[in-house]
Amino acid sequence: MLTRLLTRFWWSAVTLLGTAFLTFLLVNAVPGDVARVIAGSKASAEVLQEIHLKYHLDDPVLQRLGFYLIQLAHGDLGHSYVTDQSVAEAILIRFPTTAALTSLAVVMWVALAVPLGVLTARFRSSWFDRTTLVVATVSLSLPAFWLARILQYCLAYKLGWFPVGFFRSFVDLLLPAATLAILMVGYYARLVHTNMVEVLDSLYVRAARAKGASETRVLFKHALRNALIPVVTMLGMDVASLLGGVLFIENVFALPGIGNLAVQSVLNLDVPMIMGTVLFSATLVVGANWVVDLLYGWIDPRIKSAS
Amino acid sequence: MSLNFGFFKTSLRIICANRLAATGALIILLFVLLALAAPTMMRLHLLGDPNQLNLNGLDKDGMPRSPGHGYLLGSDNLGRDVLSRVIYGARVSLLVGVASMLTATLIGVTVGLLSGLYGGKLDLALMRFTEMNLTIPSILLAMAFTSLIGDNGRIMHLHPAALPWHFLDVTLKRGLLSVFLVIGFVSWPGMARIVRAQVLGVKEREFVLAARALGASHWRLIWRHLLPNILPTVIVLAAMTTANTILLEAGLGYLGIGVPPPAPDWGTMITEGQPYFATAPHLVIVPGVAIVLTVLAFNVLGQGLQEQMGPRQRP
Repeated sequence: MLTRLLTRFWWSAVTLLGTAFLTFLLVNAVPGDVARVIAGSKASAEVLQEIHLKYHLDDPVLQRLGFYLIQLAHGDLGHSYVTDQSVAEAILIRFPTTAALTSLAVVMWVALAVPLGVLTARFRSSWFDRTTLVVATVSLSLPAFWLARILQYCLAYKLGWFPVGFFRSFVDLLLPAATLAILMVGYYARLVHTNMVEVLDSLYVRAARAKGASETRVLFKHALRNALIPVVTMLGMDVASLLGGVLFIENVFALPGIGNLAVQSVLNLDVPMIMGTVLFSATLVVGANWVVDLLYGWIDPRIKSAS
Repeated sequence: MSLNFGFFKTSLRIICANRLAATGALIILLFVLLALAAPTMMRLHLLGDPNQLNLNGLDKDGMPRSPGHGYLLGSDNLGRDVLSRVIYGARVSLLVGVASMLTATLIGVTVGLLSGLYGGKLDLALMRFTEMNLTIPSILLAMAFTSLIGDNGRIMHLHPAALPWHFLDVTLKRGLLSVFLVIGFVSWPGMARIVRAQVLGVKEREFVLAARALGASHWRLIWRHLLPNILPTVIVLAAMTTANTILLEAGLGYLGIGVPPPAPDWGTMITEGQPYFATAPHLVIVPGVAIVLTVLAFNVLGQGLQEQMGPRQRP
């Protein structure tokens, strides 16, 4: 078990390094003079020259990549080209908002998706199952930015149930979190459903029923626990990538989160900030994979003994 | 895998056999027909010009007209016909959606096949690469790619007129190429993983082992044995990928880095309509409904095909 985790850890590090490499090359391939981004469009040639020297913009890309990686190894993500704020600081300041939004949404969609998935699997092909299927498909067909706008308009602006356009406390996150939950619940309801259907056909579920276990016990104790394994994997990945920034919803609700930071830095061509947000999100995703691996052993003891 | 008439007849039968698949296919067909007929309808004056600024389209205060006043779906802030823009927008969305789906499928199936079939070091390298691609947010990849291969890119200079979709009108072509390549390049990793898993399963079945024992070449193995067996999965994935590529295209448009402005694009239309939401909500609602309908149609088609072709998923 320990060896497996260590191997996985080693591979995660390689993946991250590769991600850093790929992103750096891509970001630095963007045309447009970064010096102009920093100094503004009216800057004189001398100032531009100075900035070029200061940020080593004329060095070969590979050399700059080397410097960047050394800097990273020292735990320094650099400073924003636009605001000169430390990138690590900018990300950490915004992280609580994104984290609160994501955790609130996760609770909402899991609480809704698991019972829906289990019940639709139990009453397969009933009208309830078919209706849920259609609703779930609608949920995963909604564009986030559009749904966010519509809900904001109807519930916050027209009906006044939620505050519009600014962010003070946890309560203000309810509508954005609900929006995110609506977008995710369909996919998870189907995921739980598909896995439950498979598990319910298995012999040990039949054995549990034959033994006289109650229906609730069969569904939630015997079947669900096994059906949850692929769900947990997906959940880990999704939560991690959401923690790395909830792009559209943060944008529409004007929340000071990482997603907004990422969009702004991309539009501003703020290279260190882009690198920072990408690497932060990539680290979370890779880390989540690792944690999910750990959790497997707890959910399914067979995996632990098998390795 | 011979693409003869029988293939289409089979596909048609599969689609008609499932109510979900049939509904999805019908909605898609409707959108495709509308998109194809748009220039003709415009010439026959059944539809306004999507890019024509029009003073009659604004009311006496200079605000957009709401649906009904000479415009079936109202007009936007520049007096342009929203109905016409939505229909022309379908051309952009469907074209970019399907083209990027094809790009993603090509890359995904190739990577998945090679990875699953050859295994070993190649598998390891390809899967690491896939994982790296999964960890980078698609919007950023999109930005970087757009600038690499866009109209004023410095690495490749591809003029739209030199490309096979030459028959499309000029307003549509600008920026389309970069957007669909970008979306294709960020949409393949999921496909690669699933195809690899499928190949690993099929590879060990008796008929493949038999073909191998008989000395079939790798090409023959891929074309005659592996591809036909993973085809149902690929088709289902393709339908669902198209749903996602259309969503992504709208998202890029919304952020202002999609198909460039004069071209009617659903995502861009929503951004442009936002400031007028309180007085003219149709500017946001109409293009949004168009996106939802199209994406839903592809998702439902995929869903139905999965039910029909993969009995293991939903007995």
